[in-house]
Amino acid sequence: MATRYDRAITVFSPDGHLFQVEYAQEAVKKGSTAVGIRGKDIVVLGVEKKSVAKLQEERTVRKICALDEHVCMYIFFNLFMFVQPFDISRVECQSHRLTVEDPVTVEYITRYIATLKQRYTQSNGRRPFGISALIVGFDDDGTPRLYQTDPSGTYHAWKANAIGRSAKTVREFLEKNYTDEAIAGDNETIKLAIKALLEVVQSGGKNIELAVIRRNQPLKILEAKEIETLVAEIEKEKEEEAEKKKQKKST
Amino acid sequence: MALASVLNSDCANFSFDNCQPLGFGCGPGQSGLGFDATPGDGLSFSVKNHQSSEDDDVERKIEFLHGTTTLAFKFQHGVIVAVDSRATAGSYIASQTVKKVIEINPYLLGTMAGGAADCSFWERLLARQCRIYELRNKERISVAAASKLLANMVYQYKGMGLSMGTMVCGWDKRGPGLYYVDSEGNRVCGDLFAVGSGSMYAYGVIDSGLRQDLTVEEACELGRRAIYQATYRDAYSGGQVNLYHVHSDGWTRVSQEDVLMLHQQYKGQA
Repeated sequence: MATRYDRAITVFSPDGHLFQVEYAQEAVKKGSTAVGIRGKDIVVLGVEKKSVAKLQEERTVRKICALDEHVCMYIFFNLFMFVQPFDISRVECQSHRLTVEDPVTVEYITRYIATLKQRYTQSNGRRPFGISALIVGFDDDGTPRLYQTDPSGTYHAWKANAIGRSAKTVREFLEKNYTDEAIAGDNETIKLAIKALLEVVQSGGKNIELAVIRRNQPLKILEAKEIETLVAEIEKEKEEEAEKKKQKKST
Repeated sequence: MALASVLNSDCANFSFDNCQPLGFGCGPGQSGLGFDATPGDGLSFSVKNHQSSEDDDVERKIEFLHGTTTLAFKFQHGVIVAVDSRATAGSYIASQTVKKVIEINPYLLGTMAGGAADCSFWERLLARQCRIYELRNKERISVAAASKLLANMVYQYKGMGLSMGTMVCGWDKRGPGLYYVDSEGNRVCGDLFAVGSGSMYAYGVIDSGLRQDLTVEEACELGRRAIYQATYRDAYSGGQVNLYHVHSDGWTRVSQEDVLMLHQQYKGQA
């Protein structure tokens, strides 16, 4: 039955679904996991990196990009529509600076991208962007923000969120572990992001890519070495935790 | 009134088109249009300082025209806006009670110099845009953005005869804001502006009395005095002095005083 109503984006099904949009959301669920966490003075985006072929240069496929000095976006996509939203958003960030003489707020640029996506769900001859985006950054007044958009054009603010293949597992982990202590400092927030990803990513630190924005500082992508160090610290902490538990049990 | 055109001189320029509205000040020379088609002119006449002053453009970047005196200046407690209220049609005083301050919204003011219709139309359009911005972004628009919107709107009509020289004044999260915007496309941020045929006289008074540490009353009196002095010497300014004060909670209408009363008052003081 679904097949009769899913040929065109502009057709509702009898029970109120827009199947094309839902299929786009399914497409999004198939990709690599990404996690975004909003700390107090830092926002962190962590992405599961697919292992690259031996001869391929690592850095050519970039899914995390800076939109402006204080905002960056991770686009989760499975198909080949990624360059346009980045570019359009970057242009909009600069146009906003020109007309309003202020940098964009994270909410503004998210709303802009979401409106763009929504337009593609309501016109003829186009299909929705098969894209979910995590947008992080700081507003002018220093508030950290994390937003997520989905192919239907809606957007929500989150304290911490995950999208992609094992999003559900990661989100459950975050719901348990996102506490005020966990985000008390920059390092802790980064470690929380790594821990969340380690739940679902095989083979540890090598397959994690991390980007952080600190207040009033530009986007920084962490080097592989730094990630390794942090992963090692996390492993150590885990061991110490396990030791303590053992000791408690035995005494 | 018969059609008469007096070209290229420092006196009033008559150009009578049927059904043209009254204004207090007319725009800069319609250099591209010629006198047959002068949509910008009307029953609105002014002292034209430099009509075909293409060569002078390098020196005088901001052209002050328009038979009026409006001024605004920033001080420690916000912005003072003072205007006169006379509209002239040549040497005929058409009205002594014109409102030359447009209340764009409770925290933004715009002054009028130039064509009355142009100023009030575009500033009302600006009010609409500001409101839409506020609803979409859930915060007030900044003075910089509001003046930019206005400047961009009129720039599209550059050369088509619009006549507008306005100051956008307000208070936003950066503090007091004051911008001069005109139909030539100028948009300048500053601490003090006076626009109109009486602006030179007003500048003289303000420049000698302006300090950053003025109290609100002193600043109001300074603005009032400056407009009064301008109306005293400039034939195209007069009527009443309308005074507004913009502060962190928005603008307040401070006073409206007839210049004749002010004249008596100052004479009595001296």
